[in-house]
Amino acid sequence: MGRAKIPRKSTNIDMTAMCDVAFLLLSFFILATKQKPPEAVAVVAPSSVSSKAAPEKSILITLTKEGKVFLMLGDDTKKNEILSDINTTRSLGLSQSELAKLGKMSFIGMPLNTLKGLVNLSQPLPPDKMEGIPIKDSATNELVDWLRSVTNAYKGTNQKDLENILLVKGDNDALYPDFKNIKYALKKNELYKFKIVTNSESAPPGSELYNINKSGKSAEGETK
Amino acid sequence: MAEMDTSSGGGHKKGPGVKKPKKLSTRVDLTPMVDLGFLLITFFVFTTTMSKPTAMNMNEPKDDPDNQLKVKNSGAMTILLGKDNQVYYYMGELTAEGASDQFKSTNFKDIRQIILDKKKGTPIGDLMYIIKADKESKFRNAIDILDEMQINAVPPGHYAEVDINEVEQLLIRKTEEANGIK
Repeated sequence: MGRAKIPRKSTNIDMTAMCDVAFLLLSFFILATKQKPPEAVAVVAPSSVSSKAAPEKSILITLTKEGKVFLMLGDDTKKNEILSDINTTRSLGLSQSELAKLGKMSFIGMPLNTLKGLVNLSQPLPPDKMEGIPIKDSATNELVDWLRSVTNAYKGTNQKDLENILLVKGDNDALYPDFKNIKYALKKNELYKFKIVTNSESAPPGSELYNINKSGKSAEGETK
Repeated sequence: MAEMDTSSGGGHKKGPGVKKPKKLSTRVDLTPMVDLGFLLITFFVFTTTMSKPTAMNMNEPKDDPDNQLKVKNSGAMTILLGKDNQVYYYMGELTAEGASDQFKSTNFKDIRQIILDKKKGTPIGDLMYIIKADKESKFRNAIDILDEMQINAVPPGHYAEVDINEVEQLLIRKTEEANGIK
């Protein structure tokens, strides 16, 4: 019996369509996303119903789970001003080249007296090895000094501008007293308004805020 | 796919004077290109962030001992944050004899309703939530309770963070012991 012969088909598939899809997705992701900003250490921020986006250029105070505090200074021109200011006010005795080296570090997380030694290390210290800016008690709260230099550098500009870029990012499991010490340092420098970095979450259904949002009115204020 | 036309010349009989143009395949193998595309996609997915972090405004009061805010007892509710995500609260002022009755413990899930009940039952002018965080509470707790204020649409100026005092700390310790929270 003549059996119907199945013709051998080529297994080659036309890849053009697939290629199109891949590159379409690729361009979407390139355009729609942003590179992660450098992070001193991994910090899981708490969530809040606040829907305002965090500013990009910022002076960021990071509080880790272990209670270490890191400071990230915003843009470069101000950064150099801040660094030279703290150099003179706390008489750290850093030379110009050492200041420049310090400026290249993306964040600061060491006690002031070890600053000089750390800058001159041939291998930069990884952030998880740093001990953080001391804040534990009010007499040696070095964040106060740092923030004083920050306010000095921003003197002359609108206070609001500084308040807008002042961010505090804390880990979920950081202890409250550490946060209180950060607040103390801010208040000491008459910085009463700042922002806290959070992950956004939606208002729980049925709550007051949910109803307000639904009715189209914006929620009155933020906090306090 | 990419195939070179190697069949040219061999055994083909061309008629004299007939010039047939060689047919070269224009197909290119796109598989490596697709591979590369997806590799880049994966790279971008992992290195970038879609959701931008949001920021919550904090407004700290100035420390001014001469200008202390007076709060009506009837409208005040003090919320205390303890360890292990525990919340304690009492209404009005803590009295020496009735402290154990006033002092109640709850958690973050139930506090919403309590805040809301208090808000509904108090004239807005008298309403004041006093938030005190114990030294063993976490940063998250402090943010969560502020968030809770927003969720319940408590107007700003009607809640404030205040330092905890020793009596309250002692009460928290006692309640923790009684409730077996380590």
